[in-house]
Amino acid sequence: MTGSRSLAETVPPIADLPESKQPEQVNRLSRLWGRSQSLVPTLAALVLLFGMLIYAEIAYGRVFHAGTMSSLLVGFAPTIILAVGMTIVIVSAGIDLSVGAVVAFSSVAGVMIMNIGVNGWLSMLLMIVFGATFGLIAGVMIQYFNVQPFIATLAMMFLARGLASILSTTPVMAPADSPILLLATDWKIVDGPKVNDFTITPGVIIAVLVVIGGMFFMHRFRMGRTVYAIGGSESSAALMGLPIAKTRVWIYIISGALAGLAAIVYTAEVGGKAQNVTGLGWELDAIAAVVIGGTLLTGGSGYILGSIVGVFVIAALRLIITKDGTINPEYLTIITGAVLLIFVVLQRVLTRRGAS
Amino acid sequence: MSRVKTALHTPWFWAIVGIALLLLINTIKNPAYLAISVNPTTGMLTGNVLDILRVSAPIIMIALGMTFVIATEGIDLSVGSMMAVGGAVAMETLSALNAPTSVGAMFAAIGLALLLAIALGAVNGILVAVVGLQPFISTLIMMLAARGIARVITDGQNTNATNEPFRQLANGQILGLPTSFVFAIAIVVLIAVLMRRTALGLMIESIGINPRASRLAGIRPRPILIGVYVLSAALAAVGGLFSVSEVMTVSVSGTGNLMELDAILAVVIGGTSLAGGKFSIVGSTVGALLIATLNKTVLFLGIPAAATPAFKALVIIALVLLQSERVRSFAFRRTTSADTPSGPATPAAGESTPVTKEVVA
Repeated sequence: MTGSRSLAETVPPIADLPESKQPEQVNRLSRLWGRSQSLVPTLAALVLLFGMLIYAEIAYGRVFHAGTMSSLLVGFAPTIILAVGMTIVIVSAGIDLSVGAVVAFSSVAGVMIMNIGVNGWLSMLLMIVFGATFGLIAGVMIQYFNVQPFIATLAMMFLARGLASILSTTPVMAPADSPILLLATDWKIVDGPKVNDFTITPGVIIAVLVVIGGMFFMHRFRMGRTVYAIGGSESSAALMGLPIAKTRVWIYIISGALAGLAAIVYTAEVGGKAQNVTGLGWELDAIAAVVIGGTLLTGGSGYILGSIVGVFVIAALRLIITKDGTINPEYLTIITGAVLLIFVVLQRVLTRRGAS
Repeated sequence: MSRVKTALHTPWFWAIVGIALLLLINTIKNPAYLAISVNPTTGMLTGNVLDILRVSAPIIMIALGMTFVIATEGIDLSVGSMMAVGGAVAMETLSALNAPTSVGAMFAAIGLALLLAIALGAVNGILVAVVGLQPFISTLIMMLAARGIARVITDGQNTNATNEPFRQLANGQILGLPTSFVFAIAIVVLIAVLMRRTALGLMIESIGINPRASRLAGIRPRPILIGVYVLSAALAAVGGLFSVSEVMTVSVSGTGNLMELDAILAVVIGGTSLAGGKFSIVGSTVGALLIATLNKTVLFLGIPAAATPAFKALVIIALVLLQSERVRSFAFRRTTSADTPSGPATPAAGESTPVTKEVVA
């Protein structure tokens, strides 16, 4: 009897509680869970990156070493810059195949402009403008003439590579007093024993600024949110009244301009030497980095930081291959392909388990 | 009038115009460009046009394979490397057998090359259809790996071999046409019959339109997807065979280098949409012919080979703009609005709104 009475008395409050509080908690948890789902591939990439680095440290040593780390950073600064632009493009469900060729054109054209006596800083600005122009043409073709991004940027890739070859098929050197060389100055941050210094160059600073700027753009700016909306569902974005046309053109302008910036950083790093064969296959590196970082090629989701993790995975792979030294050069691309494959498959397995 | 209009709306119509224009430019440069003469020593026909047909054979092969992959909303970036694999296997086999006149050696070389390409194509297909990776990434991996495999097969050397029957593939003639071109067209016709006289073509298109719906309709996507990638790899290997038989040397880094881009271009010029769901075999073949004509024209005009991409870019831009709805409605508005006032406007608007499928991979 007491049981039934207490039940009758206590049921309403209990019924009240879970209905008001628990669903909210569950909601919050499930929302958190849902949000973390898009992070799973990126986290998987991070875990695998550390796995690779630890393996390299055990097998070859001197990997967690300030000198090694700083040379990786300096060497991969242009790739990082390209990966930021590529992430923005791919999140919008597009692709930019032109970046490697644009780097070649911008560096050759920029160095030639410096050589005819134009102010160095102005020519660097022009290098970015050249990149942005290729992006603008691609963006207009894609948005206003309904050309598929793959084809439009493929055309820009051919155009930029061809124009670079028309300008010069032999390497051109920037003048020795050109300010572009200042971008490769070594700044010692930590002065370690022997060569174990942590040094960075202004190029690395530029890359870091681009990453931070890209993250702000994607998550704090209206246009960045529109990029995600376009990638998620273009027709929904259009029905919401988002400025698709403007955003889409800007996406490709940004990607092109960043390719111009990468050209500056790279040209500075190699001592002002520009060639028409620079940047062959860099677009594939950037795309691979973006994919490893967990961004889907179908667009709508992904993070810039993930792509940076992707760049470091590629860097770690190259590091392992060079550290090993015994790998037959004929097997190099097979190994690169195999590691990329293992990576993508592992990521897929991890993501699937997380989702179920 | 209506026939003209349909022609204007056939995507590859402009590719034919392009080929004619390029040939015209060459004829202006040298009035004897189109001339075909008989070589007195070999008794075979020679001429620039026959040259174009010969170099177009490998492009036709890879473009044909690419057409079906793209129709399933995929992409195959590995075809260029697959050409190198096919060429490498053939050259290694022929130089190992060392039988300069044996027809059997030729068949052994072709068979082994096809076998390896089919195996690699199956890997592509399994990665896409079973593992569920994006086609762009799986075939990008295969592009790297296959190039490496070609290097391993030949120990990184540019291998050459002598085998007269195999050399005849590209250098011989059937009824005055290059043998490789005749074979390529025969393969195109064979596959076109297979695709269009059976339901296979429709099934491929339905997977490209909506994989889930086609599955519900009773089409099993896995075998078809794997088959499409296997076909693409096998045709690429055939293209590689044609390409190496021309010079009887395989260059491990040069053979098929960047040819995947040529193939994709040929397919798109021919009117197959990268969004999948439809394909045009004739279109891809015409597209491949245009690419071959363009390559030869740039060489003929004495422009440095490194600058070729710029001219390719101009042709692509011109063609895709001509195919775009906006330019068409601007250029042909006056002529069409006379007989059908609102007819063309409505489908144009209907076509331009659902552009959400403009995804690459």
